[in-house]
Amino acid sequence: MTALRAGLRQLRQYPSAIIGMTMVLILLGLSLVTVLTIPYSEAIRLWRGGAGVWDESPELARPTWFQLFSARKLPKTIIIDTRQGGKAMADQPDGTRLVNASLRFEFPYDELPSAVGLWLHATYKEAQPFVVLTWRKPNGEEIAFEERTPRQTDRYFVSRDERLRERLQARSIEEALFSAGPSGNGALLRGTYELAVEGILFEPDADLEARLVVYGKVHGIAGTDAQRRDLSVALLWGTPIALTFGLLAAVGTTIFSLMISAVGTWFGGRLDAIIQRLTEVNAMLPGLTLLVMIGMFYSRSLWVMLLAIILLNMFSLGIKTYRAIFLSLKEAPYIEAARTYGAGSFRIIFRYMIPRVIPMLIPAFVTAIPGFVFLEASLSILGLGDPDIPTWGKLLFDAYANEALFKGYYYWVLEPAALLMITGMSFAMSGFALDRMFNPRLRTA
Amino acid sequence: MNNGLLQVEELRLHYRTTQGVVQAVDGVTFSLAPRQALAVLGESGCGKSSLARAILRLLPRNVEVYDGCVRVNGLDVMPLDEEQFRRDVRWSKISIVMQAAMNALNPVLRVADQVSEPLLVHQGQQRDVALACVRDVFQMVGVPLDFMGRYAFELSGGMRQRVILAMALILKPPLVLLDEPTSALDVLTQANIMNVLKRLKRDTNTSFILITHDIATSSELADQVAVMYAGQLVEISDAGRFFREPLHPYSQKLMASVPRLRDDTKLAYIPGRPPSLIDLPRGCRFAPRCPQRFARCDQDPPMIRTEDGRQVRCWLYE
Amino acid sequence: MDPSTLLSVRNLHTWYELRQRAFGRAGYVRAVDGVTFDLAAGETIAVVGESGCGKSSLAKTILGLYRPRQGEIVFQGQPIHAANAATLRWYRRQVGFVQQDPYGALPPFMNVHRILAEPLIIHGIRKTQREERIREVLEEVKLVPMADFMTKYPHMLSGGQQQRVVIARAILLQPKLIVADEPVSMLDASVRVEILELLRNLQSAHRLAVIYITHDLSAVRHFSERIFVMYGGKIVEKGRVADLLRNPLHPYTRALLRAIPDADAANAETDRDVPPGEPPSLLHPPPGCRFHPRCPLVTPGLCDTQEPPEFEPEPLHLTLCWLYKDAKS
Repeated sequence: MTALRAGLRQLRQYPSAIIGMTMVLILLGLSLVTVLTIPYSEAIRLWRGGAGVWDESPELARPTWFQLFSARKLPKTIIIDTRQGGKAMADQPDGTRLVNASLRFEFPYDELPSAVGLWLHATYKEAQPFVVLTWRKPNGEEIAFEERTPRQTDRYFVSRDERLRERLQARSIEEALFSAGPSGNGALLRGTYELAVEGILFEPDADLEARLVVYGKVHGIAGTDAQRRDLSVALLWGTPIALTFGLLAAVGTTIFSLMISAVGTWFGGRLDAIIQRLTEVNAMLPGLTLLVMIGMFYSRSLWVMLLAIILLNMFSLGIKTYRAIFLSLKEAPYIEAARTYGAGSFRIIFRYMIPRVIPMLIPAFVTAIPGFVFLEASLSILGLGDPDIPTWGKLLFDAYANEALFKGYYYWVLEPAALLMITGMSFAMSGFALDRMFNPRLRTA
Repeated sequence: MNNGLLQVEELRLHYRTTQGVVQAVDGVTFSLAPRQALAVLGESGCGKSSLARAILRLLPRNVEVYDGCVRVNGLDVMPLDEEQFRRDVRWSKISIVMQAAMNALNPVLRVADQVSEPLLVHQGQQRDVALACVRDVFQMVGVPLDFMGRYAFELSGGMRQRVILAMALILKPPLVLLDEPTSALDVLTQANIMNVLKRLKRDTNTSFILITHDIATSSELADQVAVMYAGQLVEISDAGRFFREPLHPYSQKLMASVPRLRDDTKLAYIPGRPPSLIDLPRGCRFAPRCPQRFARCDQDPPMIRTEDGRQVRCWLYE
Repeated sequence: MDPSTLLSVRNLHTWYELRQRAFGRAGYVRAVDGVTFDLAAGETIAVVGESGCGKSSLAKTILGLYRPRQGEIVFQGQPIHAANAATLRWYRRQVGFVQQDPYGALPPFMNVHRILAEPLIIHGIRKTQREERIREVLEEVKLVPMADFMTKYPHMLSGGQQQRVVIARAILLQPKLIVADEPVSMLDASVRVEILELLRNLQSAHRLAVIYITHDLSAVRHFSERIFVMYGGKIVEKGRVADLLRNPLHPYTRALLRAIPDADAANAETDRDVPPGEPPSLLHPPPGCRFHPRCPLVTPGLCDTQEPPEFEPEPLHLTLCWLYKDAKS
């Protein structure tokens, strides 16, 4: 314990170590908080998306803090629901009901919303209701949408209504709806908008609810992607996944390398020769290519990749370095003494040699972690990432597939890249400082 | 004793470490005449290796205090700057054979080339002239001439030590420091090397300072003996009287703990450990372990001259 | 075999194979080349020689660390040179090893308590007995107060204390024989006597046999009964301390004794008589007597062609030298 305390005191001398370790701790804290607040199954579910999950999220929206860089006020998503009020129902003597709902909202922004969508939820037994929709702009202009006969759930994606756009002769639905003039040729109108929903229900117990979503251009701390998914889910969850992956890969590779090297060096002879030849062959194998092949032909699951990476890196050239250390340790007087009082080979390897070497490993191990994190990211960017699990590499792949940089969605690329860089830097700085601590010859003080 | 080759006055060398300041050499004063050998005796951790480095200004980076006066042939060399010292003093006036130096030979140079290096660098001689000097020195130290073209790994330990000695003598310095020159060698090889040193002392104009913990071997060469304890010299005496009857209690116990081959004197050992050079006790540094301590020992004794010309740092001789 | 003989070594050869080139002929370093002696229970012998004479290899072969190429080692009637695993395991409890480098002999990442527990754990001693034995042993080597020392790590101890831990570890399993390879050469002069006396006390208290391997004859003569002088892989002279010092038989022994100084200022005035040359290569030893190239009393034609057998010019004082060819064999 005192060795640890002395070590930490030494570490404090290096500013790079303090910065590095703080960042590592922040990343660890972030991982912990993420795992606790968004359970794994929930994260997978969110990321898989599908019907209903991200419906109310804008597509390709920038992060909210982007507002700091823009002089114009960027619209946020506005949702108005008849369940919040504004609905009047009138029963008619002939058994029908009339519904009159007004969905009103304020629009104080300087830019058009990205899209408009409407959901109608009807409850009925047999006869579908009949709904008339009227859009009112602040300047009094009105636009009539098509009439609809909604089922249980009716999705009316106003922005994609081509017929409406042609009818209005507008460049885009948003322009037509939010600018002056019937085709929206005029200026953007700020003020109170209203969507009037008038419906006839043909059954006494039938009901109708409407939900209007005016999609903004900014969303959340990280923005959204082309599938409307909030990137913060992937960024947050990417952290524990990256760290776990990096850690497990580094641990697995290092421990196995160490054990293989120790056993080979101790027993010498044929075993040692075999291990050395395996190591040399492995050094010539193109690791990334093999991983790509495994990904393409076998499985893209993250855990299969992890196993493959450990297996391919076990016989790394590290074995040769450790071998040099073990060879000299083998002749150490205390090992000789252990043989004289009857210690068996495995006891010597695992209790006398390996504990001596572990402190030397720690810096190498810490510096190896980001390497594996980048490896996973590289595989994902090549399209071989796990399709279900949100990782930073996956984000980069999606961004690439959607031509994010060409289209100006820089945040989609920069955010995961920044996190990758921070991870790399923090572990590298910590690793270098640890290296100086454990290898006194590198010290400058 | 003052018309000497070397005069050291109040030499101090303290190192800065993470645990504190190590007062390795703490006010050492002695002098040495030409063609004389001084043995500096002490155990590990007493500062004797640091003394050698202090005299030759081979300092590490973490020096805290380095002062005092070192006079070579009357000239104080402490004020000289690094470049002057390197040119005028180091190796040409004072050279050193370090501990386990035989492992410090360059494995890719032939031994003759390595030994001639100081000649080429310091005196700008031509290679063939230099090699002639090397031949002379090799003969002096007893390295067969057909070894000149060999590499270090082809030589035995004893031979390598002679090569190192040759390198120290190549510029014919009047003073050679020897830091444990024979500690890693066998008895016979050790005797051989000591013979070489004896011959050099007799036949050339060289003085030696032999730093060692091996008291028996030191008697092979020493004209004068200085005993070092916890950074200070506690006794300086001529060899004859020292080996017969040492004055300082530490010297006495040290002599008593050295086993003798030729007689059966009862062996004794000194209980306790030498003090840490970082946390030195007040007063006499040997007092905690001294069987003859008394009240006065709470004060640090100065070097006291006895009537017969010996020096002891002990209140018993006041 | 005499029942009081603890260890019997006959014609022991320990050779190391040297693989020089893939297709070159392998040579052998003949570190121990025909050693024979008996050791009685409770006896102390010193094996003296210079580096490269094979004394460390002899020690390690006796300890069972190397397999001899030829010859026999019999300990209490059991053959050790060709022992099976069970016998070897039993043997490990009978012999303790004290090494030269006190710091190197202790695992730096284990504290004293753990270091001493290891041999006991390996041999299946139960926990309560272990603790008791560790306490006993620390008391015997005078590392007290025990509580202080048990939690310390090797780098916190002085050289002398480290060596005490090594000795404690060596006597843990109550061995009958201790092999000490240069036990004090890396310690300070004033500590050496302390440690050697400790070993002597332990030896008399437990009737231990001790084999001291050393090059420092001056120190060891006070602590052993017999001296073996080793040269070029062979024991060239064996005898009781007093006999050997009074009348060294072998020319090498004489040279060795002449070369060892005692602290005396008169030494500075005369040169020492030292035989020329170097110790022999163990890879290509000279023919005949190994010492003949450096021997001032060499008989050409005899010493350089035939290896001398063992002669006994005085009772219990033996030597491998043709000078004594008229003595009994």
